[in-house]
Amino acid sequence: MAENQITGRITKVSGPLVVASGMAGCRMFDVVRVGDNNLIGEVIELKDDTASIQVYEETSGVGPGEPVVSTGVPLSVELGPGLIGSIFDGIQRPLDVLADMAGDFISRGLEAPGLDREKKWHFVPSVEVGQAVSSGDIIGNVQESPVVVHKVLVPPGAAKGTVKSISEGEFTVTDAVCVLETGQGDYEITLLQRWPVRMPRPVKGKLPPSEPLITGQRIIDSFFPIAKGGTACVPGPFGSGKTVIQHQLAKWANAEIIVYIGCGERGNEMTDVLLEFPELIDPGTGRPLMERTILVANTSNMPVAAREASIYTGITIAEYYRDMGYDVALMADSTSRWAEALREISGRLEEMPGEEGYPAYLGSRLSEFYERAGKAQLIGSGGRCGALSAIGAVSPPGGDLSEPVTQSTLRIVKVFWGLDDRLAARKHFPAINWLNSYSLYADRLDPYFRETVGRDFPDMRDEAMAILQEEDELLEIVRLVGLDSLSDRQRMILETAKSLREDFLYQSAFHEIDTYCSQEKQYGILKIILDFHHTGMGLLEKGVKLETILEMKIRERIARARVVPEDQWPKEFESIVAAVRDESRYETR
Amino acid sequence: MPLEYTTITQVSGPLIVVEQVSEVHFDELVEIETGDGQVRRGRVLEAAEGTALVQLFEGTSGLDVRSSKVRFLGRVLEIPVSPDILGRVFDGAGNPIDGGPRIIPDKRLDISGNPINPFARAYPSEFIQTGISSIDCMNPLVRGQKLPIFSGAGLPHAQIAAQIARQATVLGTKDPFAVVFGALGITFEEADYFLTSFRATGALDRAVVFTNLANDPVIERIATPRMALTVAEYLAFELGMHVLVILTDMTNYAEALREVSAARKEVPGRRGYPGYMYTDLASIYERAGRIHGKPGSITQIPILTMPEDDKTHPIPDLTGYITEGQIILSRELHRSGIYPPVDISVSLSRLKDKGIGAGKTREDHADVLNQLSDVYDRGKEARELAVILGEAALTENDKIFLRFADEFEKTFINQGANENRTIEQTLDIGWHLMSLLPQIELKRLSQANIDKYMPRGKAPEKTS
Repeated sequence: MAENQITGRITKVSGPLVVASGMAGCRMFDVVRVGDNNLIGEVIELKDDTASIQVYEETSGVGPGEPVVSTGVPLSVELGPGLIGSIFDGIQRPLDVLADMAGDFISRGLEAPGLDREKKWHFVPSVEVGQAVSSGDIIGNVQESPVVVHKVLVPPGAAKGTVKSISEGEFTVTDAVCVLETGQGDYEITLLQRWPVRMPRPVKGKLPPSEPLITGQRIIDSFFPIAKGGTACVPGPFGSGKTVIQHQLAKWANAEIIVYIGCGERGNEMTDVLLEFPELIDPGTGRPLMERTILVANTSNMPVAAREASIYTGITIAEYYRDMGYDVALMADSTSRWAEALREISGRLEEMPGEEGYPAYLGSRLSEFYERAGKAQLIGSGGRCGALSAIGAVSPPGGDLSEPVTQSTLRIVKVFWGLDDRLAARKHFPAINWLNSYSLYADRLDPYFRETVGRDFPDMRDEAMAILQEEDELLEIVRLVGLDSLSDRQRMILETAKSLREDFLYQSAFHEIDTYCSQEKQYGILKIILDFHHTGMGLLEKGVKLETILEMKIRERIARARVVPEDQWPKEFESIVAAVRDESRYETR
Repeated sequence: MPLEYTTITQVSGPLIVVEQVSEVHFDELVEIETGDGQVRRGRVLEAAEGTALVQLFEGTSGLDVRSSKVRFLGRVLEIPVSPDILGRVFDGAGNPIDGGPRIIPDKRLDISGNPINPFARAYPSEFIQTGISSIDCMNPLVRGQKLPIFSGAGLPHAQIAAQIARQATVLGTKDPFAVVFGALGITFEEADYFLTSFRATGALDRAVVFTNLANDPVIERIATPRMALTVAEYLAFELGMHVLVILTDMTNYAEALREVSAARKEVPGRRGYPGYMYTDLASIYERAGRIHGKPGSITQIPILTMPEDDKTHPIPDLTGYITEGQIILSRELHRSGIYPPVDISVSLSRLKDKGIGAGKTREDHADVLNQLSDVYDRGKEARELAVILGEAALTENDKIFLRFADEFEKTFINQGANENRTIEQTLDIGWHLMSLLPQIELKRLSQANIDKYMPRGKAPEKTS
């Protein structure tokens, strides 16, 4: 590295942007060390021998004339055991290590490797000496956390070779655990591997998603499901519950690995995750959620350029676990703050702005990011698959969805969970507006739902949605001419819609039982609400008064269904179904 | 002695360009001496080879290109601090204006501060009793939170903030808060109101005041809140005090930011405010919180007036995205004579769940909060209906809720500017009000709490 080291001089400093001359020979996106304080930066523009550099740390006190040294490598993350359970900043410095080094406040010029160099891991080989391996093949395992087996891969781009030596034992991340004999000589594999963040990790090919990511959130799983390997966005004004939804997904989604990126958001929210996740138990594994979670936190007051990098850092880590064959879900809260960082840097580069001052390449950058998600056929032998789902929160100014970040995002993602201020004000949570949200995976996932949840599940969902649509139209009439103008049938529809809203769509994230709802229970609640609706409609036909139907005791039990514990649910479900049947008979006698 | 330059080539708005300079650093503090010997301060916004772009805090009027001298001081803007700082009043640039001596510094601190490591943060969870029911019960404030007041022109935000500053205590402890007050472009009367109020209750002895008034230099406002917060951090995390920071009015701050941005001819974001306003505001608001293993805390109550009472305006909008909730004042309530006119339907405290309940406030707090906000909303719906269809068109039930909403505003939200209610008193008023409603409608109260707290013999059974 030393021979191609390039040293230039700063000619201009303007906030996070530094311009340096004498940088001929350095490449785009190379990491450089800036100034006497050795701040970390990245080359983002080259003109003759001057380079524009975005600096990942506060630049106050830096001035023209100070040196800039190129490291000759692009911004990369360290991949290997030790990622799980960690909290990193936007350029993968572990925040706990920074706290040990510098105290409670983050000061400048600190350097900390992403992975612990001292810790020893127990490596168990899964290939034998003499075996031929190539990029992407698994050569062994490390138990990284009680629920995650870290699969050690032959790094992408390594030459084909045969295993020359490999052994079980305790290794640090920098020890060679395996030596390959290749055409170009011996190749050592360590537990630690590096990958440039702005480059997607290679896969053999992408596959269409076919399985839902189960989140335990009724409105999401039943109405607007996201597929494993899918993309979704959650736009909403402040106070509408974006972060709570992201946290709920991070807690309950049935992915094997969760990468949570706090991008330009509140410090206390990350603290909340740090305190809560080790306590919460994953319903899938029975172990604390932190044992499958990786956090990237670049809060709003941390340097803006590192915020730009944070989502790349996060998704590269996520891809790495996908390459092991895991189902990975990534949450980015919020992509708007990332776009703002992009805008700030672009403004300082004096680029011609697009809409609202955002750079013209905002859309393509967003697409590049979301396209790194997907279900993929992995490189390496064995035809393994992995999936990476990406869910981004969007914070549109003033809740106005016509702004550029929301619009560019909507062109790419397949699921839109639109948060509604009015629902939030009425304390209806999650405040996902069922009338304008959509999931383009719904049809593709229907066969799965028919098979595993219930043959009639997609039809029930469509019927419920139709009732909710009709409610909207009916309420319009009520607003104009009053409730009296409606027929009993129409009022029954309003009542059912209300029940759907309050007993099904409403879900309390803070209620011990309600916070997670299994597929079976979602199916059950939907079924009893619709059963009651059909029964009620039938009774109306027979001349029973609407008031009589609405006074039926069973409605209270339907209303309480969402807080019935999962283990008691099957019994309660049978009993409610039977009771609905009974009441209908009783009234017609 | 730093070099003196007389090479100002351009003066425009609050900015000057100095040429033929060397050894200039970004963000460095600058002194400008005008021809008549006045000294002003500024900071470097852009440092390039040979030229520096400097932003003047005190404005550029009276500055000339020929005889003014510029000195680059080689350090960033700092503020001297020592324990003696309590009880002092400063101008917006940190100079004492209370006639007292200069602070003999224990330390000089960079006013930009450093971000708190999220790993080192402790989650705020200690309830602060402000004595104001609409805040304590409905939007509880906790130690280390940042909870802004969104107000409008002519609404009594100053009284509310002063009342909070006077009354705030943490339950179970008697240690009062130290108050750091930052006046940003407010009028003399308003600033004087706060000072008089602090003086009257003796709160000034444990307060530090920074005043940048409406007629003070506009650009100075960019530094004032940072000075206030730097002092707050010193008091909280080095001296272990609990600090309440009140910044008013953040709208004036944002306008100063826009002025600098416009002078630099930057590409504007929404409504002419700079694209980096979110980041800039965050660098102020995020300086609230608690730290593991440290006794002190910083609680922030920034006040801003919403232009045209519009909460989607960039200033309240970006603030709401950063802060942990907001207290929104309602012109309608204010007009009907309710003080404090807190609109509890749209106000929110994001940290409430961890700060209330048994051992913190009272076991029934969450129930009362949820139930009151639910039935008050129903009362307001009934009121809307009555406006459209006439009160006669309401059902009996609707009328009860309507009466409840009126009563709730009059006795629960409404209180005296010096009335300091304990949380128990507040909750009891809530229970009394709920006893006006049919019990079947109170679905969010647990039976145990009803048995224990509902005033006896008052709860009417189901109405028909």
